[in-house]
Amino acid sequence: MSTPHSQGLSAPSAVMRHCVLLITGALILVPFVWMVSLSIKPPGEIFRASFSFWPQQFYGIENYTRALTEAPLPQYMLNGVFVCTMIVVLQIAVCAPAAYALAKLDFPGKNLLFAMVLIALILPHEVLSLPLFILGYQIGILNTYAALILPFVVSPFGIFLFRQFFKTIPDDVIHAARLDGLSELAIVWRIMVPMALPAIIAFAIFSVVSHWNSLFWPLIAVRDQSLMPPPLGIMAFKNEEAGNDYGPLMAASTIVVAPLIIAFLSAQRWFVEGLTGGAVK
Amino acid sequence: MSSASSTATKPAASSADRPGTRKALRHHRLAETFTAWSLAGPALVLLVVLFFLPVFAIFAIALTDWQFGASTLSFVGFGNFKEVFADEGFRASLVNTILYVTIVVPGTIILGLVIALLIESGKSFRAFYRAIHFLPFMATLTAMAIAWEALLHPTIGLVNQTLTGLGLPTANWLRDENTVLPALAMIGIWQNLGYAMVLFLAGLKSIPQDLYDAADIDGADLWLDRLRTVTLPMLGPVTMFVFIVVALKAFETFDTVQVLTQGGPGHASEMLLFTLYRESFEYLRTGYGASVAVVFLSIVVALTLIQARVMDKKVHYQ
Repeated sequence: MSTPHSQGLSAPSAVMRHCVLLITGALILVPFVWMVSLSIKPPGEIFRASFSFWPQQFYGIENYTRALTEAPLPQYMLNGVFVCTMIVVLQIAVCAPAAYALAKLDFPGKNLLFAMVLIALILPHEVLSLPLFILGYQIGILNTYAALILPFVVSPFGIFLFRQFFKTIPDDVIHAARLDGLSELAIVWRIMVPMALPAIIAFAIFSVVSHWNSLFWPLIAVRDQSLMPPPLGIMAFKNEEAGNDYGPLMAASTIVVAPLIIAFLSAQRWFVEGLTGGAVK
Repeated sequence: MSSASSTATKPAASSADRPGTRKALRHHRLAETFTAWSLAGPALVLLVVLFFLPVFAIFAIALTDWQFGASTLSFVGFGNFKEVFADEGFRASLVNTILYVTIVVPGTIILGLVIALLIESGKSFRAFYRAIHFLPFMATLTAMAIAWEALLHPTIGLVNQTLTGLGLPTANWLRDENTVLPALAMIGIWQNLGYAMVLFLAGLKSIPQDLYDAADIDGADLWLDRLRTVTLPMLGPVTMFVFIVVALKAFETFDTVQVLTQGGPGHASEMLLFTLYRESFEYLRTGYGASVAVVFLSIVVALTLIQARVMDKKVHYQ
């Protein structure tokens, strides 16, 4: 039987498939390739405008050095790493116990709590930014790391995802753990979380990618360059450079984009699963 | 063992009749409730403080003339909303956002679907093609926007060079009010089509093989016949899901506007989130900004409810 699953394409169709996908793939990659290309060209060549990827005069060292020294780019990267790590660790610490209670315990108010999680899941975070800004102002944390982290320490999506996963773990496992004398909190951390590791990893990737890439809230929450995460930092760098010194600017962009791209290419499946929010199974 | 066995089988009714057991059971329930709330407590408090109070606050602020930092405020009812909808800038922002969404959503869905179908139609290099097309979705958009600015540069940009080379007319894409929105939409499609693609790939995998076999028996020999009779009809629900999530993403576009155009030229590329940001945090027109937030929230919630209705027919959370 000829089906798309069991049989390959005929030779001409297979060639067509590769042709089209290579062309669309190449078009998708153009911005990346162009960014890297400009990041290793001297200003003269950038403004002479040629199609060639490789520069006649390699200017990468100069551009990358300027990107790393003229803007506090290493500081931005460290800020990004610190903020993303804190957010994801706190999110898991807050969400896993709540998800366990929702998945495996019976208590009055359980349905209300789950309804709250579902409602919070719908709310776009940008809508909350004004009251959160006022809250940050009132408690005096604006323009600190705390301002970048606090609004995200509870993730409705995290609770929802972990709850779904915890529900699939058999109750017998929990009973056995209780008979062994484990406390409920110990059950969460020593039984549930390790058994739900795929969900935890998928969520961690989702969280890190979205917070590494996010511009909106950092733009509101911090003013000091020394606190800026990469997207905000690179925007500040662009504005300072009057936007026309493309070499160092492209070098900085490349450095900001690189960590996630490298991580993605080495753990593709996890990234796809994490970023499509469990919609892909 | 202090705690609770929640999920446990319910004790037999007869044993609960005896007073001692009933007391033990009540104690047991209390203990379980206490455990559950102490586990969920931090999440509950944070949900209230970081999500629910802010949502109530945004509705409350939207009904006042408060300006951030001012010590007085007065209740103006729906005055802000009247002002918002009378404001030419906001109307432009709303129209631009809708226009942007109506370009990005079909573009993303069609390209995502075609690429997913092509990838799925053969066996070789599937992971490779998937990775390439998915790349923009997770790349930092602020940085990639800067790369796009270089590509779209009027004189030294690759896009105009290529068009000149082909003898086609060029444009100052991001500075011309006729081209700026389509240019931003192109970036939006570029960013999201990989996301649509993986959702479609998942949908394609879940189509039962039997249907293709049946179609074969019915004489659907050609790939195109099978596409028309089996694949596309079976992708209906996935397509609806993709439609909504991509529309939500498109409505939430902010980074490219902020980095590339600042809403200009004029109001030509101003979109809702950018208006929300500028009114609330640059102009400090707090009440007005809150009203924009309420309008934005209404659109997002409406879309999500449509999605929930559609998905409800397929997915059950409990």
